[in-house]
Amino acid sequence: MTGRIVHIASNTFREAVRDRVLYNLIAFALLMSGAAILVGQISIEIERLVVINLGLTAVSLFGTVIAIFIGIGLVSKEIERRTLYTVLSRPVRRWEFIVGKFFGLAGTLVVNAFFMAIGVFGALLYVSRHFQRADSWVLVALYFIILEFLIITALALLFSSFSSPLLSAVFAFALFVIGSFAEDLRGFAAMTHGLMRWLATGAAYLVPNFSALNVISSVAHQQAVSRELILYNTAYALIYATMALCGAVLIFEHRNLK
Amino acid sequence: MRPSPRITITFVLLLVLCMIGSVVFLRRLDRVRTGATLEEVLYISSPQVLKRMSLGYDGLLADIYWTRAVQYFGGKLHNRERRFDLLAPLLEITTTLDPHLLVAYEYGANFMSPKPPDGAGMPKRAIELEEFGIRNNPDQWRLYYNEGFIYYMDLKDYAGAAEAFARGSQVPNAHPYLKMLAGQMAEHAGDVQMARAIWSTTYQTTQDKSVRDNAAAHLRAIKVDEDVTALEALVARYREQTGLLPLSFSDLERAGMLRGIPVDPLGNPYRLMFDGRVEVFNPDDLPFIEKGTPPGYVAPPPKLLSSD
Amino acid sequence: MTAIEILGLEKTYSVGFWRKKPKCALKPLHLRVEEGEIFGFLGPNGAGKTTTLKLLMGLVFPTAGSARILGMEVDDPRMKAQIGFLPEQPYFYDYLTARELLNYYGQLSGVASKERAHKIDEVLQRVGLPEVGGVQLRKFSKGMLQRVGIAQAILHDPKLVFFDEPMSGLDPMGRREVRDLMEQLKQEGKTVFFSTHILSDAEALCDRVAIIHKGELRGVGAVADLTSSVHGKVEIVWQGTTVPSSLRALGAECHVTGDTVRAVLSEANQDSAIEALRRERLRLISVIPVRTSLEDYFVQKLQPSEAVAGVRS
Repeated sequence: MTGRIVHIASNTFREAVRDRVLYNLIAFALLMSGAAILVGQISIEIERLVVINLGLTAVSLFGTVIAIFIGIGLVSKEIERRTLYTVLSRPVRRWEFIVGKFFGLAGTLVVNAFFMAIGVFGALLYVSRHFQRADSWVLVALYFIILEFLIITALALLFSSFSSPLLSAVFAFALFVIGSFAEDLRGFAAMTHGLMRWLATGAAYLVPNFSALNVISSVAHQQAVSRELILYNTAYALIYATMALCGAVLIFEHRNLK
Repeated sequence: MRPSPRITITFVLLLVLCMIGSVVFLRRLDRVRTGATLEEVLYISSPQVLKRMSLGYDGLLADIYWTRAVQYFGGKLHNRERRFDLLAPLLEITTTLDPHLLVAYEYGANFMSPKPPDGAGMPKRAIELEEFGIRNNPDQWRLYYNEGFIYYMDLKDYAGAAEAFARGSQVPNAHPYLKMLAGQMAEHAGDVQMARAIWSTTYQTTQDKSVRDNAAAHLRAIKVDEDVTALEALVARYREQTGLLPLSFSDLERAGMLRGIPVDPLGNPYRLMFDGRVEVFNPDDLPFIEKGTPPGYVAPPPKLLSSD
Repeated sequence: MTAIEILGLEKTYSVGFWRKKPKCALKPLHLRVEEGEIFGFLGPNGAGKTTTLKLLMGLVFPTAGSARILGMEVDDPRMKAQIGFLPEQPYFYDYLTARELLNYYGQLSGVASKERAHKIDEVLQRVGLPEVGGVQLRKFSKGMLQRVGIAQAILHDPKLVFFDEPMSGLDPMGRREVRDLMEQLKQEGKTVFFSTHILSDAEALCDRVAIIHKGELRGVGAVADLTSSVHGKVEIVWQGTTVPSSLRALGAECHVTGDTVRAVLSEANQDSAIEALRRERLRLISVIPVRTSLEDYFVQKLQPSEAVAGVRS
């Protein structure tokens, strides 16, 4: 079981790499070095701020785009090209396929984020000449970004398991935006009444909540991230991603692969 | 040849567990980071920058900031905190993003102006907010009214209040009360009568249930304060006449000073204490009262938003 | 032992977005395939062959009925380790080389890593692609992909293989090779279940065939048994340039070439025809029975329902 999941995951990773996904790193490297040189010349105090804000935002956006655009094709492309037939006629359970795909893309994103993190720290070193203690919080912010990727990947996979790539992209992107405002959505829900309140609150809890995972600004301001926040964010992201994966598995298990 | 029921059941169970788990941890996260979002939000504290960053979706963003302002204020009020540092910036951002969001001015005044713990105690900022509203919506008489209200209630600046009411009365379709308030302001400034007139105006002219409830609570509080003052005066007179404190309101009744047992605006009888003070039946039901409470009484947070 | 046992397998799809209309892809199908035989599953395009195979592979779920393969449920991983499947017009991960693809499939089928490299070499040799193992599949022609498809189906030494249209996309040489391969598989004691719409392939290879049309089984049996049930025909050739009217009356199809006439007519009328030629004093050259092909059987089996369908619509 685990063996097959690992094989499917590594094949997914290989596919992403051969599809030149990691080329985005070049764009990222250009962005970071350009930014570092530019800020290095204009200001003294805010250079770290700008580098961290820009770097982490770019890591998050690049990764999100990759997660959505690869994630939405993970299942539907295999169905469309019928590559799935030769996989599922082997001793592979459908849920193993989904889980393997998830880990493959998640692995791709982690590797990608790792290289980008090196870029961020490189730029940071360039502008401030030395690392500070507070820079370790940047690592926490990166960790949270990776947790965010896990959720987005699982959601893209969920949509991919029943919908066309284009619609999946729309759904996944919409949820990404809504998820970034989920806290405000809960605020709205608290201001309504009766049935609306129930529905709105339910929806607000069901959509992914990314607000807590975004600590970019506070890290840029050298603020510490509490241990509880790290713990709860980890638990929440893992649980939410598992939930979306379960949904994907349930849909895929019952699907006729025409 | 159906999908395996064992797999289906396993994953449905896991799904349900995860749903519960995600809600649990989301609630924990909320507890860990109360206010954190807002401080974070205000890293961009310039409304102009935000407006540009909203890419034209400034109406939606204004609604979001308005929600945040309400949540922030409600949270602080609930926790009986006395500092509301972010309230003014949040409201400024909200109204800059959407200068026609009248509800923000209406509630904004209610949130910012009163002294803690009922509000943020920033009447000057509240006046600025109303002035900004008036510049952008000169035809809305309620904005002038709100401004006059703040001058009267919290700043005790009766001239300022009179001017605001007078300006408001010039607006087409302005409520006729405004003219009356402007006129009476000079004569009765500082009277309980004036306060009552203003709260009655609020009560009668608003469409909003929670604003109306708030006004009604204030009107009840004025009535209670008057009643308690009057009743305690009667007790003092009784003591002068008889040399004794009355044991109950019946004693006052027998002395011909009262007709029946007096009741508060909610219909509950007032209570005569052994030391001659008068207390209301349940002070928690009558917010904003200044008299008729037990010694050392601390009022619960006022309910400004009916949803709370 | 029974390799495949199909009991009343039935599939109805719903088509349309708003108003779902049922579309019957497969009427209740009963079929047994014995171990060690080459079984041909015949029918024109859209007859329900691929649907049946997808049902057997667990890719779609049946509306009713059930099937067992090698005595096990169709979703049993133990069974799936022992079968191979070549889908119709296979398409593979084109970013992989042939060798990488086979390695991946070997991993999924649980082929031990020690044996894998050796088995891959062997199977590439067997399908005639020994030199292109390191080439990315995006550079493969359709025929080469078909060969890779066959390779992946037999890589893990399955007991039973399912081929959906194994000859499509192949040139005549390739077809010949695939035929030989299927014969070899049979000799190795494996069961081969393949679908095709090309009759000559089936006729040359199969122990038994099933004929399916419009989702309905029209006949099943050994090729010889099926063809013998069709009324035989004879070919009569004589010298001459004209066809006697009496012969035409017997329903003969006649072709005049040079100074000979060739007539094909039903076996039952053979004597009357010869009689008629004698009466006309024509010189008889030959009388040869025409071997009934599976195609005749096929045409005969398909026609009645065609007519019925025509009336219905």
